[in-house]
Amino acid sequence: MADLSAAPSSVEDIRTAYTEHTQRKRLYGGIMLVLFVALMVAGFRTADDRNAGSFADGVHRIFDYPGEVLSEAAEKAVQLPGHLVHFYPALIETINIAGAATLIGAIFGTLLSLLATRGMAPWPALIPVFRRIQDLFRAIPEIVIALVLIFLLGGGPVPAMIAIAIHTAGALGKLFSEVNENASLKPVEGLNSTGAAWAQRMWLGVIPQVGPNYVSYALLRFEINIRASAILGFVGAGGIGYELKNSMSWGQGRYDEAAAIFILLFGTIVVVDQISGLLRDRLTHGAKL
Amino acid sequence: MTTPEMTIGDTNMALKGQMDGLFLKKRLFNFGLPALVLLYLTYVFFAFDVPGLWAKASMDNARTLVSDIYSYKTHVTRDNRSGDVSVAIEGERKGEYPAGEGPAWVEFGETTVVDLEDGYEVRFGPETVEFDIPGYGLIRATPDRRKGIQAELPSEVVPDWINVSKNRMAVKTPNGRLTVTRNRAEVFRYFTGWELFFFTLDSPYYGQGPAELLSRAIAGESGAIWQDFWTNKMWRHQDVAWAIGETLLMAFLGTFGAAMIALPLAFLGTRNFMPIRLIRMVTRRFFDFVRGVDSLIWTVVLARAFGPGPLTGALAILITDTGTFGKIFSEALENVDGKQIEGVASTGAKPIQRYRFGVIPQITPVLLSQVLYFLESNTRSATIIGAITGGGIGLLLTQAIITQKDWEEVSYYIVLIILMVMFMDWFSGWLRKRLIQGDGDGH
Repeated sequence: MADLSAAPSSVEDIRTAYTEHTQRKRLYGGIMLVLFVALMVAGFRTADDRNAGSFADGVHRIFDYPGEVLSEAAEKAVQLPGHLVHFYPALIETINIAGAATLIGAIFGTLLSLLATRGMAPWPALIPVFRRIQDLFRAIPEIVIALVLIFLLGGGPVPAMIAIAIHTAGALGKLFSEVNENASLKPVEGLNSTGAAWAQRMWLGVIPQVGPNYVSYALLRFEINIRASAILGFVGAGGIGYELKNSMSWGQGRYDEAAAIFILLFGTIVVVDQISGLLRDRLTHGAKL
Repeated sequence: MTTPEMTIGDTNMALKGQMDGLFLKKRLFNFGLPALVLLYLTYVFFAFDVPGLWAKASMDNARTLVSDIYSYKTHVTRDNRSGDVSVAIEGERKGEYPAGEGPAWVEFGETTVVDLEDGYEVRFGPETVEFDIPGYGLIRATPDRRKGIQAELPSEVVPDWINVSKNRMAVKTPNGRLTVTRNRAEVFRYFTGWELFFFTLDSPYYGQGPAELLSRAIAGESGAIWQDFWTNKMWRHQDVAWAIGETLLMAFLGTFGAAMIALPLAFLGTRNFMPIRLIRMVTRRFFDFVRGVDSLIWTVVLARAFGPGPLTGALAILITDTGTFGKIFSEALENVDGKQIEGVASTGAKPIQRYRFGVIPQITPVLLSQVLYFLESNTRSATIIGAITGGGIGLLLTQAIITQKDWEEVSYYIVLIILMVMFMDWFSGWLRKRLIQGDGDGH
């Protein structure tokens, strides 16, 4: 008889229990929301206080600068194609920084991920070490390494390339590790039985399985790295960002150059995003013929 | 009877040919792709002039950087005009000892004796500076305003660690360095560690051990101890804490602000919620535009309107990520299961309720996990944007690097930045797990 009395007695009880549960949930949700809104407001006010100009003063001036740049560019529209040609090499440099950094980062990221995946790692005891290395590489903002390397190597594209490659190796290493987890180990075992070395097992047994996913992630990274390489140029690492900084520091009278650089940068980012998006779509969903 | 065999033979041949073709293709791909990558990297190697780079690379800078990271130097300086001797850590005013005072290895007097250990000793006499170097001998240098520096070395041949000219004599030894110019003589002695990290010399707590500090704190001086640490002029703990706070604030405001703006806009860009094609197209192009303009350009533009500071950085992140979130959210919304909305609608729910109970619960996990992922990556972006627009830890880092000598501070900031990003990575992962699991069993 005991089990009968333990069972829920009536619909009424269930309803009160449910209502209570919902109300508690709503209360928690409400508290979270109030807390969140309070944090946002307090955060905004702090940021506003610590900023040189306040939000209220600056908000109507947001379009002043783009307006000046555009109007000057429109005045000198004849020179625009010339500027585009002039800054084209800098753009190529920015793209090359991103491209080389992505490739080098992907190569090291692949190594790191293979060394950090169970079943593939040649030294299983060191898996946590390689995981931490990935975390560390991923955590370093590119600008930190770039600025230090600029001090050592002088300005130019190489510091930016190394900095982006290190971060990329960490970021891709983590994503590749996740892909590796889902790869079948049977080809690796098969190759192992034929006496293949570790490099052969990985190159012939793992890479063909994970290749498309790797390339897809690397393409996404390339999109991100183009932006990063433009930004690093701004702090002295060459490429289009450096030209942008120069033309901006000239101020009025050279705004047409700045406009040309804006156009190049914007166009490149959009085009690369589109192409890489299409390629990634094909890689993950198969070719649509 | 011969025809079927012929066809089998033909198909075999065709199959073999096909396989051969496939293998050839694979082989080409297997060797061609790495070759292509190698070719590109070779091109970049020369396009970036990497061989020329090693000639340009400054080994001296590298040495200063590395030694500065783990050591500091104390300057003992004599003004040759007045004869006054002062001692300052890193030669900075902030690290100066009070006049006539110094560490135990400096003995003030008519002749100030600087003990560099192992028998190395520098004496600032009234006229002449003497440097005792074991295994080499005694170096004497007499600075004169008119005649320059008269150096007397024990050997005829000047070793390469000594540099003598009319205006300047520099001696580098493993125990310390001495430079003498017309106006002053200066000894640098190197020590391991980050000096003055906790307290500067003007604080009464300088040089006290943890046990002593603890006993003093218990005796009621904890406020003063904290005050001296917090306002440390050399390491600026207060400013650093504020800078990290600013960087995190930029990431927080930017990420969540963008999510809040992007969510309603995202509905306008989806096929299933926005029947009007034109509005859909405009919304999508808007997302593409703000994303494509990129945080660099937004930062530049906004810095003109708002000046340097955390607000500019937060807005730059906010605007760029509105585009990114808009795109991601739209995609998530297009994949929403219509049945759940129908179910809610069948109970007589109004449109708002339909969104609240039919759509939001479905997309919350996707949205939250994306937003939290961006929170971590935006902490890194905020560091970078801060370096450009002038706010947060990024600004402190660039300032420290520009001085080209405070490398101990640079390494300190780098460690802090890495810890900050790793913490945010862990925190956003933890929050993601909590919120999404908590949502899973409730709704």
